[in-house]
Amino acid sequence: MKAFLMDRDQDFDLQRELPLNEPALTQDLGLNLLLNAMAFGDQFIFEVARKTVLSSLNNLDAILYRQDILKDCLTNSAIIRDIHEIATQSIDSIKKHYYWFSGKYPSSTLYSSVEMMETLVGFLRKLKNIAEEHIDKFESAGFAKFFAMLNKELSDEYFAIVQDHLRELKFRGGVLISAELGRGNKGTNYVLRKLHDRKQSWRERIFTKKPAYTFRIANRDEIGARALSELRSQGINLVANALAQSAEHILSFFNMLKTEMAFYVGCLNLHDLLAQKEEPTCFPLPVAPGERREHFRGLYDVCLALSLNQRVVGNDLNADDKDLVIITGANQGGKSTFLRSIGLAQLMMQCGMFAPAASFCANLCDGLFTHYKREEDVTMTSGKLDEELSRMSSIVDHVRANSLLLFNESFAATNEREGSEIARQFISALLEKNIKIFFVTHLHQFAQDFYDRKMENAIFLRAERQADGGRTFKIIKGAPLETSYGQDLYNSIFKTDN
Amino acid sequence: MNDIRPMAFLSILFASSEDSIKTEAVEMPAFFLDLNLDQIIDAIVAGKQEYNLKPFFYTSLGNIEAIKYRHEIMQELENEVLFENIKSFSKNMHLMRVYLTQVDKLYYKYQKERMFLDAVSIYCNAINCLVHDLSLVDLKSRGFLAFREYLGNYAESTPFTSLLAETKKLIDDLLSVKYCLLIKGDTVQVRKYESEIDYSVEVDKTFEKFKQGAVKDYRAEFSEGLTMNHVEARVLDFVAKLYPDIFSNLDDYCAKNADYLNERISIFDREIQFYVAYLEYVAKFRRTGLKFCYPQVSQECKEVFDFEGYDLALANKLINENTSIVPNDFYLKGKERIFVVSGPNQGGKTTFARTFGQLHYLASLGCPVPGKEARLFLFDRIFTHFEKEEKLNNLRGKLQDDLVRIYDILSQATPNNIIIMNEIFTSTTLKDAIFLSKAVMEKIIQLDLLCIFVTFIDELASLSEKTVSIVSTVVPENPALRTYKIVRRPADGLAYALSIAEKYRVTYDYLKERIKS
Repeated sequence: MKAFLMDRDQDFDLQRELPLNEPALTQDLGLNLLLNAMAFGDQFIFEVARKTVLSSLNNLDAILYRQDILKDCLTNSAIIRDIHEIATQSIDSIKKHYYWFSGKYPSSTLYSSVEMMETLVGFLRKLKNIAEEHIDKFESAGFAKFFAMLNKELSDEYFAIVQDHLRELKFRGGVLISAELGRGNKGTNYVLRKLHDRKQSWRERIFTKKPAYTFRIANRDEIGARALSELRSQGINLVANALAQSAEHILSFFNMLKTEMAFYVGCLNLHDLLAQKEEPTCFPLPVAPGERREHFRGLYDVCLALSLNQRVVGNDLNADDKDLVIITGANQGGKSTFLRSIGLAQLMMQCGMFAPAASFCANLCDGLFTHYKREEDVTMTSGKLDEELSRMSSIVDHVRANSLLLFNESFAATNEREGSEIARQFISALLEKNIKIFFVTHLHQFAQDFYDRKMENAIFLRAERQADGGRTFKIIKGAPLETSYGQDLYNSIFKTDN
Repeated sequence: MNDIRPMAFLSILFASSEDSIKTEAVEMPAFFLDLNLDQIIDAIVAGKQEYNLKPFFYTSLGNIEAIKYRHEIMQELENEVLFENIKSFSKNMHLMRVYLTQVDKLYYKYQKERMFLDAVSIYCNAINCLVHDLSLVDLKSRGFLAFREYLGNYAESTPFTSLLAETKKLIDDLLSVKYCLLIKGDTVQVRKYESEIDYSVEVDKTFEKFKQGAVKDYRAEFSEGLTMNHVEARVLDFVAKLYPDIFSNLDDYCAKNADYLNERISIFDREIQFYVAYLEYVAKFRRTGLKFCYPQVSQECKEVFDFEGYDLALANKLINENTSIVPNDFYLKGKERIFVVSGPNQGGKTTFARTFGQLHYLASLGCPVPGKEARLFLFDRIFTHFEKEEKLNNLRGKLQDDLVRIYDILSQATPNNIIIMNEIFTSTTLKDAIFLSKAVMEKIIQLDLLCIFVTFIDELASLSEKTVSIVSTVVPENPALRTYKIVRRPADGLAYALSIAEKYRVTYDYLKERIKS
């Protein structure tokens, strides 16, 4: 029995390795804000969300599979939270009530397993009831299969068989064990046997009267009692193991269910928060990695939205068929926010979530990388350009065709001419390798150089600046400008009117 | 008719009963320690204590026939197939003995009887396998041919075939026994198995649909020991009641077959280990490229030689340390009888002396010896005299000790002996030493026996046509580097003295330089 609610045909692996640039991504995109909103205080949901958001899916079908399930979740949120609750409770009740047994004493292993199994069967019944009652409300392939599986595997007859076993395994009629003669005629191959029905054996006793010999361990014979209990243990060893393992399997099933539901509950949490702020969300339209798509309306930085009280400014863009997007313009004009919103939307799309936009369409990327200007190296071990280029070099170790690279004021650690030259060489090479690039820069020479080339696959954006120097935080199309209006900023802060 | 029939089988170690060891309590020969033969034999028999092989390795053979008998068998056993056959026979016989030991150790009757039955079964199997294996080998040695004949006859004899049949039947019967225990509270019911279904499988099947991934193994482990407690013993008694025929057959069987073991085959199992042990030991040296050969052994000819020989004890040590050993050649021809060994210290003189002794001793056991090709003398005694630590509680002086000991040797020695003297008379003046050594040497020359005389006295090297001077050598360009090569060369003490002096930086030039004015 498998939930398969995260992927069509495999369990969600909570131990998976995250991409090597996970720390940079988390820091540069402010991911923890997003994850905390999803977790809503639940550390487990945080962890599942982190693993999911950072491990992008690379094929369209897998993304659409999750999108469909998420759509079901949004329309049936109460049921989803119920299922999550059942899974969570089942695990907690086992944790609370049973110590994991050592395996040294089969009878105690069996006793604990029977009790544990009785508890777990109760939760399986609850789950099955939900499936039976609500199957019609779900449309996604994932839930249809999941509920159908529960209805099929957990039939009433099945529960009856399980109950029988759990009763039988208390061995009220004694333990029947078959054996053969091993080395030195010592008993071996102890196998637990099912007692024939009492009626039958009664009849047999009357009609055939097969020979049988009985002895009793004397009251004070402690060694004998121990020996007998060891014989019994050898008989029930395998069944105790089988039952304990089965209980563990069912527990893993609930664990997996809890894990997979955690992601969707996280999405519900985030969705609720954004809805309260009246921020729009949409299901993004992913296209194949080889294509170049990037068009959206009202795309906003979801992390900024979560940390502000008012609504945030959304941007519109059509950068379809572009490999290179260069963004220049005013300080504090929303360039970094814009770049971050691109990265976050990409990650959210590629894990099957909704996107923070009115509409969003982009090609999948094979690896997302960020290169942001960092604070001065406090350890004094290497110069700033050293540090920057060494980070760049480790990124280069991992990028491949159709990766997406977000540069934020890279190569600014040296003067403009040198920085521009490094950037120029760098970007030219990446483009030839089919890598998609968003580049926020103050390096005018570099931006101008690319602008003059009039490349078909490049687009130039600018932070909007009104004639009076005021900022709209909108990013619009526009050629690079010589100045970045630092003076504006200075003036705004120092309030020095002309 | 008797000519084409193989000889009657007596022993795989001895061609005739006169050659056999007279007692198991053979002491280690006196010269073993000096020649490091104790180390060699200990290494050979290591891990084979149960066969008590040392008496065989402590006893030289007295005639060429006996040696040839062993050579044939040893050479035959160098056939890997045959060697493995014998090994697997020994393994079975060993297992049989382990089972028999258990019979004594166990307490309950039906356990003892079953272990005995299994021991006999292993024995029968060992015999039949060996009969089969030997039939596939093209045997040539008289010893193995006779043994095969004997073994084949035994295996076809009625006592053996009926033992085999009885054993097999009884084991099959016991294996077919299947019973059930019904344990309820403190009572146990024992009855025959009536095809009740395996309940663990059913439980497993019921929950199969939940299988997720690897899970813990919750099975408890139970002791694999053979001993039973009294509850198991009572169960077994009841099982015996459920199957009365089988168990009464078992009782009869054990009473009847107590003396099942054929003594001569049992002796073969022990004696063949002499060869197995030696060949396993030899294999270790061959793996590193060192050679072994079957020497010509003679009771008359003293023109002995060995090419690429080496000290086995030392080689063993060096192999363990992963360093290589330097083999040496020697030969005596015509009237030559005595090697006078001189040369720098630690150049391999003692090693050479030991090698000479070891080669002769191992040859006298009928074993292959270190070297590419060899002719050795079948001595009747070996005398050795190696310098010993001075004992404080010894009232006589060391020189006196030496002389008493040498007197003993020379008064017993005959031309058929080998004498190995290593650095005697070091505890007196050079003049005395020369005098005494010459006197001893004269005696030895008169006796016309084979001798190694390791000495620092150059004059001894050219006393007679019977002496051959050999010296340990160093590399001329680097006198500090020892080669461990022993070569025939006149003893030219000076050159070596100088090279040793240079090695210790006590030459004129060195001293001028080192001693500050």
